[in-house]
Amino acid sequence: MSVPFDDNAKFAEYANPQMLVSAQWLEEHLGTPGLVVVESDEDVLLYSTGHIPGSVMIDWHTELNQPVMRDYLDGEDFAKLLGAKGISRDTTVVIYGDKSNWWSAYALWVFKLFGHADVRLLDGGRDNWIAEGRPFTRDETPVVAVDYPVIERDDKTLRAYRDDVIAHLGQPLVDVRSPEEYSGERTHMPAYPEEGALRAGHIPSAVSVPWARAAGENGVFRNRAELEAIYLDEAGLKPDDNVVAYCRIGERSSHTWFVLTYLLGFKNVRNYDGSWTEWGSLVGVPIVRGTEPGSAPKAA
Amino acid sequence: MQDALELAEDFNAIPIKDRLQLLLEFSENLPALPARYADHPDLLERVEECQSPVYLFVEVVEGVVHLFLTAPPEAPTTRGFASILHSMLDARPVAEVLAFDDDFPSKLGLREAVSALRLRGMTGMLRRIKRQVAEKA
Repeated sequence: MSVPFDDNAKFAEYANPQMLVSAQWLEEHLGTPGLVVVESDEDVLLYSTGHIPGSVMIDWHTELNQPVMRDYLDGEDFAKLLGAKGISRDTTVVIYGDKSNWWSAYALWVFKLFGHADVRLLDGGRDNWIAEGRPFTRDETPVVAVDYPVIERDDKTLRAYRDDVIAHLGQPLVDVRSPEEYSGERTHMPAYPEEGALRAGHIPSAVSVPWARAAGENGVFRNRAELEAIYLDEAGLKPDDNVVAYCRIGERSSHTWFVLTYLLGFKNVRNYDGSWTEWGSLVGVPIVRGTEPGSAPKAA
Repeated sequence: MQDALELAEDFNAIPIKDRLQLLLEFSENLPALPARYADHPDLLERVEECQSPVYLFVEVVEGVVHLFLTAPPEAPTTRGFASILHSMLDARPVAEVLAFDDDFPSKLGLREAVSALRLRGMTGMLRRIKRQVAEKA
């Protein structure tokens, strides 16, 4: 296994520079044995309208979620999915997608629940690739299925359940939704459908840092100094903190999880994928309305 | 012209992968807005139920419905939904549009292909079309 890392100078400032590749690096490395490029978008048809040559698609909704229970694939189904996409355990995977890598960061987080070692994001994702005029095709990618081992999903290290969040109250929480969702003006993103939370507001003491602030023009990540100004100076988070990030269903907070963990080197960040659609409908949990974080309730 | 029942049968008769392909073809055939709407986005109603920005406007002329729908190319699923509704409801009599099956979006066999969440956008579009038709008829 020898897909090299991108030694781009901007990435070198990040805590884990090997987690990102630039569009130029990817174009130069397309077709490298041991590398599989995966597109993951909000819109299930977008890949079919054009994609990076040789890439395969993974859809967050129809492929990474279980069809009945609200949960991610189990180890067996994840093995089937990745094997069918031509990905084996030692494959280098580069994920890219629309909307500043929103959904591709989500897919990367799911890959990490299964401990896939080498999975990276394409900085700037799909939009930046197109903006730079790089190759794009509608050709179907021929895939040779391979074996992927059955790995038990780790739901403790990177993932927080609601009881974990209740136990976490008093430690840093970051709410990455829009300001309107945070304050309780609405339960869903502006311009997005209502997704069934019965109360609007935020988890007590959570600070508000809308996820998209981590991305600059064309969806590329802001440099380290800019990210530190947002998450450390402004939001008051510290790299040694135990942090839980959440949004509405856990997708936008995967993006923030990626930024805190790999770009800023936080050691202990978990994503609460139940997020507001769960917390905002739970019986008996505290919430706060308005623009102030509020304080965490005393532990019971 | 195809009716709703036939289209639903066509979708359900083919494998899921082909249903997505058919939806993609619909998305590519959504007619462009005429200049009088393209230049006046303020006249169009936003469909809030859709994940991507989709706007619609209904004209009723002598009892016949004319539908104008637009969604960005980066949202092909939404465009596909809009195009299907356009092909079903444009240039039809008011009574026919008002009687159109509210549950049509769930009968296309697309739930497994695109997810129930995304299908909700199509239901929202249909509801808004019917409401505008009722107001303008």
